[in-house]
Amino acid sequence: MRTKAMRVGLFTAALSLSQSALADWTVNMAPGVTNVSRDIYGLHMTILWICVAIGVVVFGVMFWSILAHRKSKGYKPANFHEHTWVEITWTIIPFAILVAMAIPATATLLDMYDTGEAEIDVKVTGYQWKWKYDYINEEFGYFSNLSTPKDEIYNRLEKNENYLLEVDNPLVLPVGKKVRFLMTANDVIHSWWVPALGVKKDAIPGFINETWAKIEEPGIYRGQCTELCGKDHGFMPVVVKAVPQEEYDAWVQEQIAMAEKERELASKDWSLDELMERGEQVYNTACAACHQADGSGTPPAFPALAGSPIVTEEINAHLDVVVNGVSGTAMQAFGQQLSEVDLAAVITYERNAWGNDTGDMVTPKEVLDYKNAQ
Amino acid sequence: MSAVIDTHDHEHDHHHGPAKGFSRWLFTTNHKDIGTMYLIFSFTMFLLGGAMAMVIRSELFQPGLQIVEPEFFNQMTTMHGLIMVFGAVMPAFVGLANWMIPLMIGAPDMALPRMNNWSFWILPAAFAMLVSTLFMSGGAPNFGWTFYAPLSTTYGPPSTTFFIFAVHMMGISSIMGAINVIATILNLRAPGMTFMKMPLFVWTWLITAFLLIAVMPVLAGVVTMMLMDIHFGTSFFNAGGGGDPVLFQHVFWFFGHPEVYIMILPAFGAVSEIIPAFSRKRLFGYASMVYAVGAIALLSFVVWAHHMFTVGMPVAGQLFFMYCTMLIAVPTGVKVFNWVATMFRGALSFEAPMLFAVAFVILFTIGGFSGLMLAIAPADFQYHDTYFVVAHFHYVLVPGAIFGIFASAYYWLPKWTGHMYDETLGKTHFWMSFIGMNLAFFPMHFLGLAGMPRRIPDYALQFADFNMISSIGAFMFGATQLLFVYIVIKCVRGGEKAAAKPWDGAEGLEWTIPSPAPYHTFATPPEVK
Repeated sequence: MRTKAMRVGLFTAALSLSQSALADWTVNMAPGVTNVSRDIYGLHMTILWICVAIGVVVFGVMFWSILAHRKSKGYKPANFHEHTWVEITWTIIPFAILVAMAIPATATLLDMYDTGEAEIDVKVTGYQWKWKYDYINEEFGYFSNLSTPKDEIYNRLEKNENYLLEVDNPLVLPVGKKVRFLMTANDVIHSWWVPALGVKKDAIPGFINETWAKIEEPGIYRGQCTELCGKDHGFMPVVVKAVPQEEYDAWVQEQIAMAEKERELASKDWSLDELMERGEQVYNTACAACHQADGSGTPPAFPALAGSPIVTEEINAHLDVVVNGVSGTAMQAFGQQLSEVDLAAVITYERNAWGNDTGDMVTPKEVLDYKNAQ
Repeated sequence: MSAVIDTHDHEHDHHHGPAKGFSRWLFTTNHKDIGTMYLIFSFTMFLLGGAMAMVIRSELFQPGLQIVEPEFFNQMTTMHGLIMVFGAVMPAFVGLANWMIPLMIGAPDMALPRMNNWSFWILPAAFAMLVSTLFMSGGAPNFGWTFYAPLSTTYGPPSTTFFIFAVHMMGISSIMGAINVIATILNLRAPGMTFMKMPLFVWTWLITAFLLIAVMPVLAGVVTMMLMDIHFGTSFFNAGGGGDPVLFQHVFWFFGHPEVYIMILPAFGAVSEIIPAFSRKRLFGYASMVYAVGAIALLSFVVWAHHMFTVGMPVAGQLFFMYCTMLIAVPTGVKVFNWVATMFRGALSFEAPMLFAVAFVILFTIGGFSGLMLAIAPADFQYHDTYFVVAHFHYVLVPGAIFGIFASAYYWLPKWTGHMYDETLGKTHFWMSFIGMNLAFFPMHFLGLAGMPRRIPDYALQFADFNMISSIGAFMFGATQLLFVYIVIKCVRGGEKAAAKPWDGAEGLEWTIPSPAPYHTFATPPEVK
């Protein structure tokens, strides 16, 4: 009923062109917050107005004919059917307009390709279906996942303002610094797009693409993956948080400290309950998109884990699948994506959740030993 | 000229009339029968692909997931694209070619009639296989009609192999059809019909046929490489084995861009017949029209990478493809100017074929404008893979290719059936399609510019309103097409008798024979002065 009421409401809003809570009648590109994005906006508006002008002339002549030169009005047809000079003129004029347009476009393009002299390098890696940001000069990195709850997607909860455009860990960047992005992907091709930065670049497995941005205003800038990358292509947003330099420096120190703390966790003694608790969180961010929160999967592409022999029998076989992935399938190698603690936790969780109840516990140390033995 | 095309039994009087029952259609080598089958097949596929579009637009009616899951949504977008391109638009033009090219050049039939039969009957088999993937374990292809590797190879569903085989069969059918068109036009023209006297529909099809022969093998090549990667351990597109995922895109778009012109050039030709007929004035700039089509066809081979501006090409490549793409605007502009100059100071009347043709010129030009915007490489970084692109190619394909096909159908229906169609219903069909189509696709420009990526089953809240309008337009356009089925059935069954030349301004050999066109025509070649 609620959905139906909402549908009727939206429909009324659409028809009356009123400004309801959801109504947003943005019809044009935004100029953005970098030099490049503003140049692109300028090019976009110029070519748009050129098209409008040509359209007015061509359609003007056409509508004049449609209105005035009608058989029903007794208009007698003329007899002309070619005119060399007219034909040459309307070939040359468009050509000249195109040349005039190509010059600023070329200048902007050369600017966009100038990735030299960057002050910060961020490696952006596309995964099905999340982004990983590595600050390669600072030696830390993290994943950025969609944070919109499933209940909002399936219309069980009211959608919040940033529905589908919010993540757990945004990419944090300082304003006023030239940032170079190095794009690649782990599985299929993704594309990293933030409209306000004027940056869109494909992230391709086996390639490293370069692009750059120098953000001028602090703020939160949202974008999405723009290359079809499988089932959850529509659910891997990009959020960039641009902050002043001091704030950025403090954030970097915090991240470095957190990375250190994470490494220390590996040597801690873990209880089964602690691992289960952490494992459930890891499972929900890293595994549930395919294998489902209740471990039922969506066979045949994404097998069920509840009752699966891999999850309930030999521990080493289970480790192998999670750490190294399964080549030729969508199962990724999580050995590089997750820490030893998270791997141990998620494997422990899988072996004990949904009635698997093996009672097995895998510790971070065992995971590390397994990795080292390879 | 003996028996006429007619299904009434008592009409089978002369020695070369059509056989009875199903075998007439299964074994026929008659270009009119084969043309009819192509047209019926393509319209069936149009309705099937359209039904899938309705599923897509229903899911996108409002934010959130309501009707289908993302996996199935991706199968719908993929199958909608594949069916519309390979099942609806291309076979419809082959159907028109079969029916009209022999009539327009004064030939008794197509040059290779047995191959003609075979090239049609491959199609239902190919599409039965493609559609059957929907019922397979793992579902139908779900990687978009452009099937980029490695999503379609390493990560593709098991049904990908069937998709590959279906594409191979469609390719064989298209190549045979194209060979037939070329052989017919080059060899069977009536005495006196020199190249520069051929109707423009014949010219555009001749050039289209060469494009088909040039690029369908490339498509076959790229799907074969996929097959090798999937089943035989090669790594053409697998970076992990030393391959190159971007190679896929280069090969695919080397096919894909000329393919776009394969779907529009015959419509250019048809509209160049129809506008002069209803303007009662000769086509302006016949020679420049022919050269423009040739120029567009040649340029189509050197612009493929404009589909890949964000892939990370060197800047020199980026500039080359940007300049070449912009250049296509020149011959395309010449064509639009010529159509407008043909209408200028004519004596216009607006029957259904003319309405569709005029809408073609206006709306295709709008699609051309957005194409020009997309050609500007820096701006394309913002447009690429958004709804702006979806709006662009639907503006060139729906009011371009499909309105071109409807214009042709109404223009030649009297010749095919011997009856006039219902003009009021035809005009209703036009206006409903025109309004529905613009309502569906114009807001997509705004959605793209505001930042909505394509191929997503759910979207952020700021895109809600335009998506709802777009869905309403799509439902309207979709429902209207059922009216066309009724109009055609009504026209086949009866109606006002059509004269040999029902349109007073029409020109060409097809109007010198009676309506409906007899089963065999031009057994003796006509003389063209």
